Amino acid sequence: MSEIDLETARKVAHLARIAVPEDNLPALAQELSQILTFMEELNEVDVEGVEPMTSVTPMRLKRRKDAVTDGDMQPKILSNAPDAREGFFAVPKVVE
Amino acid sequence: MSDLNKLTIADARDRLRAGDVTSVALTEACLGAIEGAGTLNAFVHHTPEIALERAKAADARIKAGDAPAMCGIPVGIKDLFCTEGVASQAASRILQGFKPEYESTVSAQLRDAGAVMLGKLNMDEFAMGSSNETSVYGNVVNPWKVDGRDLTPGGSSGGSAAAVAADLCLAATGTDTGGSIRQPAAFTGTVGIKPTYGRCSRWGVVAFASSLDQAGPMTKTVRDAAIMLEAMCGHDAKDSTSADLPVPVFEAMLTGDIRGTKIGIPREYRLDAMPAEIAALWDKGAEMLRDAGAEIVDISLPHTKYALPAYYVIAPAEASSNLARYDGVRYGHRATLGPGDGITQMYEKTRAEGFGLEVQRRVMIGTYVLSAGFYDAYYNRARKVRTLIKRDFENVFAQGIDAILTPATPSAAFGLGEMANADPVQMYLNDVFTVTVNLAGLPGIALPAGLDSKGLPLGLQLIGRPWEEGALLNTAHVLEAATGFVSKPGKWW
Repeated sequence: MSEIDLETARKVAHLARIAVPEDNLPALAQELSQILTFMEELNEVDVEGVEPMTSVTPMRLKRRKDAVTDGDMQPKILSNAPDAREGFFAVPKVVE
Repeated sequence: MSDLNKLTIADARDRLRAGDVTSVALTEACLGAIEGAGTLNAFVHHTPEIALERAKAADARIKAGDAPAMCGIPVGIKDLFCTEGVASQAASRILQGFKPEYESTVSAQLRDAGAVMLGKLNMDEFAMGSSNETSVYGNVVNPWKVDGRDLTPGGSSGGSAAAVAADLCLAATGTDTGGSIRQPAAFTGTVGIKPTYGRCSRWGVVAFASSLDQAGPMTKTVRDAAIMLEAMCGHDAKDSTSADLPVPVFEAMLTGDIRGTKIGIPREYRLDAMPAEIAALWDKGAEMLRDAGAEIVDISLPHTKYALPAYYVIAPAEASSNLARYDGVRYGHRATLGPGDGITQMYEKTRAEGFGLEVQRRVMIGTYVLSAGFYDAYYNRARKVRTLIKRDFENVFAQGIDAILTPATPSAAFGLGEMANADPVQMYLNDVFTVTVNLAGLPGIALPAGLDSKGLPLGLQLIGRPWEEGALLNTAHVLEAATGFVSKPGKWW
């Protein structure tokens, strides 16, 4: 049985960049614990010497020349931005 | 002419070519049906102008004699597909207002084949759900109704399944990460196929779990699935995992002859708690295939039990990475910030407001299993188990098995809201028969095979060898003919 404590739940929420109100942390911790307990069934499997899957179909990624193939569409790229100014995405101040 | 919306793709195609109907008439019939079906909440963005414009163009093209099979066929597009200039928000608040400047490869291929887009279809938020109850647009209601309850159409492609079952369109696109085409197809008495991983380009489809996601058609018949799947498949340089293989004419492979093929019945799929009706349906399906000349073979897929927990490590892990892009900077929703809020508060508030609870839960689980100290224990172990699950299938295919028959879902459609108090894991059990197929990258098809005692549709699933969708569709075609399933939901909406 896996136990996620409040501190871990708070840390995970922060790592995921999702604001979780303090009041909701106990319920979140409990749900995450339930899901992790379910996942721990995997511990029953003997995976000694088994390679983790990287590609479900045997394939090699294609290669191409490292060259510009697309671009020059600044207005299209900015058209859905919540805040775009002077050809840039605008965000709150990052550096104090 | 009435009821044109009830046609199959194959019938509509033949009548369009014969000059017996026009695409405009088909499209108007569907638009009328959609207008009268607001209660089902299947279509969430309506595009009648685009539809009529494309229908007119299709009619001209058919007249000129240059008409692929999908030309003039009115279809619905799942909200997960980016469609140029038309809202595409994966049923999420965080993509509110997002109008892509580009068209997904799959929907572009359908468009270029002359298919008519009627609008965008409801779904679970970011395709995370099995009941279509996590959508920002609200629940989709299953057109099947046998008592006072509103039933779920399944998920995540619940809008697609409901729209096809209710004859609001001739067919629809769906996507399937753990069963999101096949489970809703089973709940609505429709046909849904998830092709081999790599058959359909994922470019322009909002990503959930990239190693599992595949698009596929949802249709009224197996023949229609063959026709529409062919139009959706094909190599795409913009998706590095897209397979550079020729796409066969699937419809031509529907010979109706499966004599000598070997159908596996996996013993691990016989769950202890399986309802008797589902077990009986499964046995009946096997008998029908035997009567058609197939050999029925008991097989073992020993790691089946571990597919769900492996999936619920891998899919959230990939989702946590894919959904990192929703940060309130480039598109969609941005939270209103308070005085002094910096960029971290912007991310955290935006994502808290923009993501629903199930999406938040999965992103956080994914974040946890990928975090330092847990990566090996959860994520890497799950990927090793995935290798073993795929090996199980490889072993039975090496023994000469051509296809595998299983139930599609552990129950018929349940009531909306009935799972509200269940823990998240209970809902995940809906995927128990379908999720192995995604983990192994195989093609799988769900088709209706009968009604339960209350009159709700039940589905069977056939799983095929990689890249052999044609043979899989042919087996499904034989089973479809043998079951003779023709039931439709009575119109109450």
